[in-house]
Amino acid sequence: MSVLFKTLAFSLGLTLLFTLVTYLLPQVKGEAPVEKEVDLGSLTMESFIALGEEIFHNKGTCTLCHQPAPLGRAPDIAGEDMVALANKHLADERYQGDAKNAEEYIRESLLHPGKYVVAGWGKKGSNDTESPMPMVDKPPIQLTPIEVDAVIAWLQAKDGGEVTVALPAAEAAAEVASAVAGDEGRKAPAPAATAEEALTKYACASCHAMDSRDTLVGPSLLDVGLRLSKAQLRQSIVDPNAVVAEGFPPAMPSDFASKMTVSELEMIVNYLAEKKG
Amino acid sequence: MKQTESIHPTGGGRFAVMLLSMLILLVFGLADVARAGTGMDSAQERIAPIGEVRLQGQPPVEVHVETAAIQEQEAEPRAAPRLSSADYPNIGVSSRAVVWVLAQMHLFFGALVLAVPLFVLLIELVGVYTRDDRYDDMAHEFMKISLTGFSITAIFGGSLALALFLLYPDLMAYLMHVFGSQWLVYAGLFFFESFFLYVYYYGWNALRYGNLKWVHLTLGLLLNASGLTIMVMANSWATFMMAPSGVDEAGVVVGNIWEVMKGPLWNPINLHRFIANIAFGGAVVGAYAAFKFLSAKDPVKRAHYDWMGYTSNFIAILSFLPLPFAGYWLMAEIYAYSQQMGITAMGGILAWLFIVQAVLIGTILLAGNFYLWSGMSRTDGSERYKGLIKIIAFVLVVCFLIWVTPHTLILSASEISLLGGSHHHILGPLGIMPAKNIAVNLMLIATFLSFQIYRRSDKVATVSWAPMGNALMIAVYLGAVVNIIFLGVYYGYFTNTVYKVGSSVAQVMTTLVVIVFGLVIDSLMFKKAKVLPSHWGRIPDRAQYALFALPIAFTWLMALMGYVRSSVKTHWHVYTVMKDNSPDNFIPAIGYAGNMITLVTVLFLLCVLFMFWVASLSGSKQPKPVVAAAGGEA
Repeated sequence: MSVLFKTLAFSLGLTLLFTLVTYLLPQVKGEAPVEKEVDLGSLTMESFIALGEEIFHNKGTCTLCHQPAPLGRAPDIAGEDMVALANKHLADERYQGDAKNAEEYIRESLLHPGKYVVAGWGKKGSNDTESPMPMVDKPPIQLTPIEVDAVIAWLQAKDGGEVTVALPAAEAAAEVASAVAGDEGRKAPAPAATAEEALTKYACASCHAMDSRDTLVGPSLLDVGLRLSKAQLRQSIVDPNAVVAEGFPPAMPSDFASKMTVSELEMIVNYLAEKKG
Repeated sequence: MKQTESIHPTGGGRFAVMLLSMLILLVFGLADVARAGTGMDSAQERIAPIGEVRLQGQPPVEVHVETAAIQEQEAEPRAAPRLSSADYPNIGVSSRAVVWVLAQMHLFFGALVLAVPLFVLLIELVGVYTRDDRYDDMAHEFMKISLTGFSITAIFGGSLALALFLLYPDLMAYLMHVFGSQWLVYAGLFFFESFFLYVYYYGWNALRYGNLKWVHLTLGLLLNASGLTIMVMANSWATFMMAPSGVDEAGVVVGNIWEVMKGPLWNPINLHRFIANIAFGGAVVGAYAAFKFLSAKDPVKRAHYDWMGYTSNFIAILSFLPLPFAGYWLMAEIYAYSQQMGITAMGGILAWLFIVQAVLIGTILLAGNFYLWSGMSRTDGSERYKGLIKIIAFVLVVCFLIWVTPHTLILSASEISLLGGSHHHILGPLGIMPAKNIAVNLMLIATFLSFQIYRRSDKVATVSWAPMGNALMIAVYLGAVVNIIFLGVYYGYFTNTVYKVGSSVAQVMTTLVVIVFGLVIDSLMFKKAKVLPSHWGRIPDRAQYALFALPIAFTWLMALMGYVRSSVKTHWHVYTVMKDNSPDNFIPAIGYAGNMITLVTVLFLLCVLFMFWVASLSGSKQPKPVVAAAGGEA
């Protein structure tokens, strides 16, 4: 019995010693991000910039990587003039992105970090062609457009630069709210039941005028049934770069083939084939 | 006599062969059932049952079924559900705490019962090759003490499953959907594991010699194969939740089950758990040996349990040595999958846990080394190496202190001004990973040196090149120490992070070179060595407490690292795919985690005591009561 008592006492004592060590350390909880309501009526540029700084340090989790050397695993953007740095990178011959100014560059590096990787900071073995940075509007960070704007505003303002992003308008807030609500009820996109639904789902009307001869990003589809056969229509959706309408940029998304269901494609093709002016 | 038994199978042997044959038939039968279920047989071979009966010439009765809704539901891909806190059942206590305790207990016992048959099989094999029955008896005893553990694992596993379905129904529904029929395969494997376990254990003496021994070893192999398959399948659920694969952004399954299982973290976790289980299992059975040693008065029994304790410690520490390298691989894959997740673990809120980890691993290494040094008193030849022990102890203590040095100190404003900043000018640089990498690698090398001198203490090399071999070994140790310190200091403090991480791989390789070189040179140098007498049982009682410290520290460490592994998902059930919106979706403070870990460690300790007690019952026999003679005194 004494052996049992001694060994149990030793084991429990050791266990409690380990527990004690945990109490000597800082007691910090890792809270999940909480929703923050912004009153657009009282939102000033100063408070918008402050919001950006808060997102940068908290929800954005930017400081996990963007720290001063030797701890940083990404450029120390808090410690550098981001506007000057953005202009410098835009002038770099390696730059192949679409941005034309500092705001666009910062936005692009947040939403599409792989477009340009700062030398020395690429994924290991990728020779700076792949970025380890996640897209901030995608999980797990999932910043909303307003939050992205706020971060850009702070990055521009922190070193005395001119803030070129606009304060969010009421309409934008409503759009964001609906986007967030949509995200909350996120499901895999359900297949469209009608051609109209499918056209809305794939936002065709944002680039093509459906009921007028206006030229938007792409050609009008008012009489597309006269110009293209069903096979050509199908090809222009599935493989839009095979034949690009003269005078238009090759801007049509090329991923519809992997996104559309067969029935959606056929509904759209049949619908467009009937559009004869 | 033994040979005769091997030629003429015993009754038990024939029975085992019959059982194996039946099992093979069963496997073929199951394959047949599966084939029939998938409609692979031709229609002509089937007997068509009578369906609807109607009069000749009459049209069939039309039955209208509302199928539109069903078809639509089937056509819609199933994404991960988006839950609100109201979707989680509230039972009045923290759901996470309930699942935490049950999952950890299941994992503890699961690790134990997967590990023990692994090294039991190896010990049995050693017994076959050395023709030393002691190995066979010890392997059998290890199986005996872990046998109850299988039932306890199943009890906690069943309770865990019920708790998960009750407390996290939507998450479980989603995981059931993602993994589909894999769950059935998982459940089916338990039948195989149970079959092999019982035949392996109860058939031990019936299949002990000659060819039947190979049948027995095959049963052991099959037991381990089914156990390991169960483990890797269960690992795939955990790694899917950390780094989902085979699903799209919304959680819709887009790949087959293999693509779902083979996520980027699956194999690193498989390897890490495989090695850790062996170390853990060795430590637990070592505690059993230590307890029996301390309780025994008979010198023969003390010698037996001393040897058993030594073997257990050998298994635990030797398998523990490569564990940090498996850990490196796992962390490297975590960083490659998501740098954010990696930094959350190593540099974010969870970073403080690694101070506790350092204390635990330091305890394990100090206890393991102390046991080895104490064990050297078994042989007179150990005097030659006693001087080295002081150096090893010094290295271990210094490295341990470096390892537990935190980088950031929690200070008041006055303390910060007194210190001249939040980082101490000497201790600050010791708080970052390069210093800790140097410390860990040097501790591992020092521990291997303890092993090496222990193994050498009862031998005297007789080969002519022994002095040269020793000089070479010393050169390898010195070269390795210099290389590890250089790599850590140069790349850790004078280059950027990318090189810093890369240099740790070279450090690990250096340590591995020392271990491999040491094993090779010793096996050659001491091939025909003069063996000095060993006195099993001649070890101080206090050394046995090191064998208790090992399983306690291992248990704590496993629970701690489980907490880290699960917490790196932050507020996600399935990272980036399914958010955790339960009231428990935060990472708890380290003190709370410490309480939970202590709770499960104490529970595990009690259950293990019960397991040992049950094992000891089989060796006890109540004396037959003396019946008073008839017509005795009234």
